[in-house]
Amino acid sequence: MRYAIPLLVLAVLLGFFAVGLNRDPRLLPSPLIGKTAPSFELPVLALSTAQAADAAPARLGNAAFAGKPFLVNFFASWCAGCQVEHPYLMTLARQGAVTLVGIDYKDADADVRQWLAARGNPYAPILVDLDGRAGIDFGVYGVPETFLVSADGRVLHKHVGALTPEAFEKDFKPLLGAGS
Amino acid sequence: MIPELGHFALILALGIAFLQTVAPLLGYQRRDAKLLAFASSAAQAQFLCIALAYVCLTISFITTDFSVAYVAQNAHTDLPMVYRVSAVWGAHEGSLLLWMLMLSGWTFAVSVFNRRIPAELSALVIAVLGVISTGLLLFMLLTSNPFDRLFPVPLQGRDLNPLLQDFGLAIHPPTLYMGYVGFSVAFAFAVAALITGKLDAAWARWTRPWTTTAWMFLTLGITLGSWWAYNELGWGGWWFWDPVENASFMPWLAGTALIHSLAVTEKRGLLKSWTVLLAILTFSLSLLGTFLVRSGVLVSVHAFASDPARGLFILIFMAVVTGSALTLYAWRAPKLATVGELHLFSREGLLLLNNVFLVVACAAILVGTLYPLVIDALNLGKISVGPPYFNAVFLPLMVPLFVLVGFGAVVPWKKGKSVETWQRLKLPALFAVAFAIVVPLALHGRAALLAVTGGLLGAWTIVAASQDVWRRIRAKPSFVAGIASVPRATWGMTLAHAGLGVWALGVAFVISYGFEKDVRLAPNASTEIGDFRFGFVGATEAKGPNFIARQGEVTIERGDHSVTTLYPQKRFYPSQRNVMTESAVDATLLRDLYVSLGEGFEDGSWSLRIYVKPMIRLIWLGGVLMFLGGCLAASDRRYRLAKAAERRLAVDGGAQAA
Repeated sequence: MRYAIPLLVLAVLLGFFAVGLNRDPRLLPSPLIGKTAPSFELPVLALSTAQAADAAPARLGNAAFAGKPFLVNFFASWCAGCQVEHPYLMTLARQGAVTLVGIDYKDADADVRQWLAARGNPYAPILVDLDGRAGIDFGVYGVPETFLVSADGRVLHKHVGALTPEAFEKDFKPLLGAGS
Repeated sequence: MIPELGHFALILALGIAFLQTVAPLLGYQRRDAKLLAFASSAAQAQFLCIALAYVCLTISFITTDFSVAYVAQNAHTDLPMVYRVSAVWGAHEGSLLLWMLMLSGWTFAVSVFNRRIPAELSALVIAVLGVISTGLLLFMLLTSNPFDRLFPVPLQGRDLNPLLQDFGLAIHPPTLYMGYVGFSVAFAFAVAALITGKLDAAWARWTRPWTTTAWMFLTLGITLGSWWAYNELGWGGWWFWDPVENASFMPWLAGTALIHSLAVTEKRGLLKSWTVLLAILTFSLSLLGTFLVRSGVLVSVHAFASDPARGLFILIFMAVVTGSALTLYAWRAPKLATVGELHLFSREGLLLLNNVFLVVACAAILVGTLYPLVIDALNLGKISVGPPYFNAVFLPLMVPLFVLVGFGAVVPWKKGKSVETWQRLKLPALFAVAFAIVVPLALHGRAALLAVTGGLLGAWTIVAASQDVWRRIRAKPSFVAGIASVPRATWGMTLAHAGLGVWALGVAFVISYGFEKDVRLAPNASTEIGDFRFGFVGATEAKGPNFIARQGEVTIERGDHSVTTLYPQKRFYPSQRNVMTESAVDATLLRDLYVSLGEGFEDGSWSLRIYVKPMIRLIWLGGVLMFLGGCLAASDRRYRLAKAAERRLAVDGGAQAA
């Protein structure tokens, strides 16, 4: 009987491989799902240098967006994946399906202004997270990452990497209807 | 036209591979010599077809025929010729074709060098290899055909991944595959032995050179991979415990165990079923390596073609090949059980211990590699297992192996004597202790624990391992006659074991005495590391055939005199919009000076990564010595008995003349 042990081990391993094959190793779950979104209060990016010189920037926090589901999109002008998802974010903004809050992650204001001037601005407000504290609170591994926050302030979903139409239709849309 | 010819050759090869499997099996069942003899012809015809397909794909690359989808994805008109040839295996489809070329090449070799093997056994071996060929060819034709056409034809290709545009990496996959695939021959011999139920010393003697040859290529492949990672990735490391590295290291450990257990089976007729199991495991781990790299089950820097459909096919293939072999094993192996005594304090006993440590080390790496996958499959979360686990588990398991090497060289077969062993080993032990204390102090002025341990084990391994050769020479009247009397296999074993010792020295010293520093330097500023002063002159533009680069100039001085000037580059490949780090290294046997460029800043300063790596060359030198040892052992004359008589004459004559 002991000669059959290797066969049994193989069978168990193959079982795990078969399950593993259907999973995406790049998928990182967030412990925040279902919990209240981390609180943040960040300065709003002034979209022109003139504005920036004008006065101390306004600050916005969770409370400002309560009552309606919204997307929190961590992005930066130095990030390649953000360039990839940008056209789709523009489309989303045009459709007006959901409020899009951009958090500019560890990025110089001047750089991101230039970046947005060249490509267009899909975000309702852009908040500046220069030292990356909000990113740490949200558990951001790398930009871009997108969180769906419900009307009552809970994180419903996290998407890692560039947001694609497929991912939005499949993972975000159903939650948008149900979670509000 | 040429791609169609290649495609056609592949389909033809599939048909032949199928016949190559079925005909010999039928022949074995019906005792039909003609059907058995068909195996060799089929193997040779299949090799010709695959070689033709391979040449066709190479021609498509050389002429940059972008109507072939695979060429369009991996070539560019600016790509230098040498990389056009190596780009053939630069991605999934082509590397499969290379795998296939090697498998059919190995089968071809079996069909040519099988004269002294019983016709039945040789035909069965070729039939088993035919099963593997059939599976791989189906895989290639169904999911990853390298000859698929692309329409409309693009004007320009997407170019070869710049990571792969390096000579070290260009030859790394072929050598690695030679090893992986080579173990298929040992596997086929094992399965054939299970079918016939005949497993004797002769079987072990036929299997040994094939296994050793596969092992030495795998050794070289892993060494090259490590060397490439060091030069190209810009992290200054030589081993990362990345899942794909582990995937190549597991068959190496199992294969090393197999080589040693084959020796016991040949000399003493023991451990038969264990040897067969190891042969099956070694090749299965090679397949597992392929699966892990190709399926995208694990995240890795190497996982360049993840596609679940392909993964599923390899999984089924693995289930069929390994599953049927292990079923056969469960059914037939009890009959191979041996009667015979095994004393633990004897060469075979020590080899068994060596097997235990190697297999446990292999299992530990397997567990670490697959653990994240299993945890995920059980919905227990996502984790990753990193170098701390592997170092903590693997290094302690290596220590007894090194100790064993020394004993293995002096303890005889059957039963060892402790007094005699002590007499033979006391000088090597003394030398090792002296070496371990003196050398770290002399070279670096302080004795780190790891350096002393590594020095002890390394010196012990080198000196004690050479005892076997030394005693054989001493037994002869003259030194020259003594040298001539040492069989090539013994030279090979000694050299490989010495290589292991050299490797250990390198590892211990580079970890203990290496310096690394990340600095930001303005032009004409400098920094000191160890006794070296690194001065950054500045960065300028440089241009290559298909890239543009920023090239830094770093002068290195020690005391008052200049050591060298290094030119690390940050390359930009426009065709793939990819940035690559090309580090610059000044290497001697005792130390490497390593500089790579990080980020440039607006004021002209750059972040630099600087390493001083003592004796890191020994790590790869050790690998090369093991490879050379394998060459010598595999070409030992007793594996070519037919010519042995005349050869013995020639050697003896030569010795007398001297």
